[in-house]
Amino acid sequence: MTSETGIGASVKRKEDARFITGAGHYTDDINQPGQLYAVFVRSMYPRAEIRSIDVSSALAMEGVMAAYTGADLAADGIGDLPCGWMVKSKDGSDMIQPPHPPVAVSVVNYVGEPYAMVVAETLQAARDGAEAVTADFNEIPAVVDLASAHGADQIHEAVPGNQCYDWELGDREATDAAFASADHVTSLDIVNNRLIPNAMEPRAAVGMYEAATGNYTLYTTSQNPHLARLVLAAFVNVAAESKLRVIAPDVGGGFGSKIFVYAEETAVIWAAGKLARAIKWRADRSESFLADAHGRDHRTRAELALNADGTFVGLRVKTVANMGAYLSLFASSVPTYLYGTLLAGQYRTPAIYVEVQSVFTNTAPVDAYRGAGRPEATYVVERLVETAARELGKDPADIRRLNFIQPEDFPYETPVALTYDTGDYDASLKKAIELIGYDDFAERKASSEANGKKRGIGFSCYIEACGLAPSQVAISLGAGVGLFESAEVRVDVTGSVSVMTGCHSHGQGHETTFAQIVSDKLGIPFENVDVVHGDTGRSDYGLGTYGSRSLVVGGSAIVKATDKVIAKSRKIAAHMLESTEENVDFEEGTFSVTDSNQSITFPEVAFSAYVPGNYPLDELEPGLSEKAFYDPENFTYPAGAHICEVEVDPETGKVEIVNFVAVDDFGEIINPMIVAGQVHGGLAQGIGQALLEHGIYDESGQLVTGSYMDYTMPRADDMPNFVVDTTVTPCTHNPLGAKGCGEAGAIGSTAAVMNALTDALGVVDVPMPATPETVWRAMEGE
Amino acid sequence: MYRFNYHKPDDMAAAQQMMADAEDGVYLSGGMTLIPTLKARLASPTDVIDLSGLALSGIELADDSLTIGALTLHSEVAAGNEILSLSNLALAIGDAQVRNRGTIGGSIANSDPGADYPAAVVALGATINTTAGAIDADDYFQGLFETALKPGAIVTSVTFPLPGRAAYEKFPNPASRYAVVGVMVAETNGDVRVGVTGAGPCAYRQRNFEQALADNFSVAALDGLEVDYTEFNSDIHASAEYRGHLVGVMARRAVAQII
Repeated sequence: MTSETGIGASVKRKEDARFITGAGHYTDDINQPGQLYAVFVRSMYPRAEIRSIDVSSALAMEGVMAAYTGADLAADGIGDLPCGWMVKSKDGSDMIQPPHPPVAVSVVNYVGEPYAMVVAETLQAARDGAEAVTADFNEIPAVVDLASAHGADQIHEAVPGNQCYDWELGDREATDAAFASADHVTSLDIVNNRLIPNAMEPRAAVGMYEAATGNYTLYTTSQNPHLARLVLAAFVNVAAESKLRVIAPDVGGGFGSKIFVYAEETAVIWAAGKLARAIKWRADRSESFLADAHGRDHRTRAELALNADGTFVGLRVKTVANMGAYLSLFASSVPTYLYGTLLAGQYRTPAIYVEVQSVFTNTAPVDAYRGAGRPEATYVVERLVETAARELGKDPADIRRLNFIQPEDFPYETPVALTYDTGDYDASLKKAIELIGYDDFAERKASSEANGKKRGIGFSCYIEACGLAPSQVAISLGAGVGLFESAEVRVDVTGSVSVMTGCHSHGQGHETTFAQIVSDKLGIPFENVDVVHGDTGRSDYGLGTYGSRSLVVGGSAIVKATDKVIAKSRKIAAHMLESTEENVDFEEGTFSVTDSNQSITFPEVAFSAYVPGNYPLDELEPGLSEKAFYDPENFTYPAGAHICEVEVDPETGKVEIVNFVAVDDFGEIINPMIVAGQVHGGLAQGIGQALLEHGIYDESGQLVTGSYMDYTMPRADDMPNFVVDTTVTPCTHNPLGAKGCGEAGAIGSTAAVMNALTDALGVVDVPMPATPETVWRAMEGE
Repeated sequence: MYRFNYHKPDDMAAAQQMMADAEDGVYLSGGMTLIPTLKARLASPTDVIDLSGLALSGIELADDSLTIGALTLHSEVAAGNEILSLSNLALAIGDAQVRNRGTIGGSIANSDPGADYPAAVVALGATINTTAGAIDADDYFQGLFETALKPGAIVTSVTFPLPGRAAYEKFPNPASRYAVVGVMVAETNGDVRVGVTGAGPCAYRQRNFEQALADNFSVAALDGLEVDYTEFNSDIHASAEYRGHLVGVMARRAVAQII
């Protein structure tokens, strides 16, 4: 039964009151006595050799306390920023990881790369100081174009041909054989455009050092403070893990870009130790554009082999992925294990082979961005499927149904290394078709045409692998960290509860969702449960929030810890009720003896645990606080059907989304309102990729889209009224039956929009983003 | 920002004196361009002279014209007046925050190539009143961020003759919402004028459109007319050629509104 605040209830988010009244506590709101300000001096060159850097003028300026170069950090033993996922090439060799000093030492490789840091008493003085730093550069022609980067002028001494790795997955021979005997082959050349994440809150850091204890504290905009601590301690050598506390307070959006450990927080915490003063840095929006890790940026040749009846027999994909100038923390995994493994989609394609070459260019590093690899995979598969349907004269829904993995096929082992546990893909498609009124589309199209508009419809039936991740699977594939999650459920004397999680909420609403789970299970008021996250000093360990993992992995850890609390409470209750554990029932916060009227409430049990007068001290420790670590058995596989209808203005090329339906299967849902919000946000980002957003470097390597004057962030008036709904096949291997919902919108929607647009125009492909001029030119046949 | 001296004069003479005295002064009106420029350290004036203390705000109706004070906010023009097309134009500027700070005088003095007001100034044949005399619309816009405004002079108001009919159509930049192309078509006392903003370095009149419409005020009159786009702006959002195409589309849509 669903209570008003329990599992399944659309509880309003606890955290929103402080966010929408300006009472949130973000990193830039943190101020310390005697705080200094850091400003980074950034390369204006896409690629240059640093001959010399002169900080003497900066140091002479009023208020400037210090000016550091990369050489200063290196001399102090500060290590390179690492990549945490080892990908191996086809020939078994390790990927090549070029040196990535946090502050450039001898070369700069992208516009915006920091090569010096100035620390001053005021922000103004730090800025003035940064402008006074002079450097002598020898500019070198940059490698910018992804298509020609492989084999172009070598950027890193250690990386021949600029190739990081040449990876493959699947059975090449079987796939080639399938193509050789197929009746039809559909081919597409696809570009997945570069995106710039644009979290509402720019990155920031406040570093502190206490000389008396040698303790460091770093406030930073991180999606995973424990991981930041691990990297800063183990790889960068800032301080011992036990001496470094990392706190990610309220964080205003991440979308992946705040997973990674960057130059700035590294330099800030190091310099705080050098100067024994608190130091604050906060990115300007311009710095965010230049120096946050970007997303996507693939070029792909994709082929689908079919029988004449539309049955898929083989899929062959060759992708070149842009890593940017250096390997960011998880960059290597995104176009491989988060991409190639998803190419089966929702279909029984028997033979799949994918090769991915990741290459370096003189652009900002590219890493995970909402969906991370899975939007790219979905785009490849769903554009191919829709195109194949058109080429064979099949209905796009029918061709999908013909090839769907059927409910009785689960667990289903794909040819690309995943085992899907459950799903009902046609259920989602059927519901989406009903909601959009597919049967009446022809009438709407005719009506649009009567108004001088072109109308099209497009489908996208996506799948994602979420709930990152089963640790041993991930580690066997190259991950440098486990991907379990921890939780602690700490019951207070009075029965209120604090829940410590290693996940991090930066917009996801964990304070609400996790409280719903615990209050529901313990039968205590929702208001009595506080969720604590984002502080290595308060929760034991954690791997953070990304990959739609928080509810699935973190939530499962919380369930496990809560179950331990209930188990211990039952023992205490049995003692207090003079019964036995077996005879004590627990329901809605009350322990009662079976078939009797004797009962005791959860808060009474909690009180007894801390004031153990009537308590079995010979058998049980006092106190009521339990910890759990949860390592998932498998990934989860959210899936769904998105259908989009667009209208195109043939005179201007402007595209309007006139209908959008998303039906998703996220398994069991804790808070439908939060889920709908997550879907809405994801859809805006997926639609943004299709129609609006594009990170563009010019030929010389300068970032053209370095502000909101040129980078088209989606706005509310660019979006239609979404129709979102769900179907449910519960996940089979976690206690909540949940699959995760954070990325689905961004994964499924892009292909639906572009399938609708190409349908409207009657063309095979339009490059993304489909800006008005791009569409106008497509209509002109260019 | 860099350091600068801030002044807030309360009369026109003082403002101009402060400008004369400044080594490198700049007037601040709504600040919708100047403030972001200063914040990004892209400008380093020695003195910023804030005009907001001057009595230059308000909309005044005469028999055959509307005079809008230079400090009148976009939102105030958008709120409605005798020239509906001008209200509609103001309502299409930026967003609510910009409309509540930005001023007509600031927009016209700055002459951003993507600003909306210049199309109306040109199409309605407005007069720009300044502390150094009145300037005819046709003489005012001279190039990219260049106007006939004399050094140190201040725009005090803009006088728009009341048109018989007029309409503005804008194709906004999807990122900035400035005009990629904005076209105002107006007929005032039998005189047809077509003002174009966004397309070129500054607002201008599309004379071949004007002639065609003077002969036959209809959408069809514009069919097939050439737009010379060789000097047009070109960027990642719109090539010069596409802008040239849009001038025709926006002009036809503006005409369609008022026939």
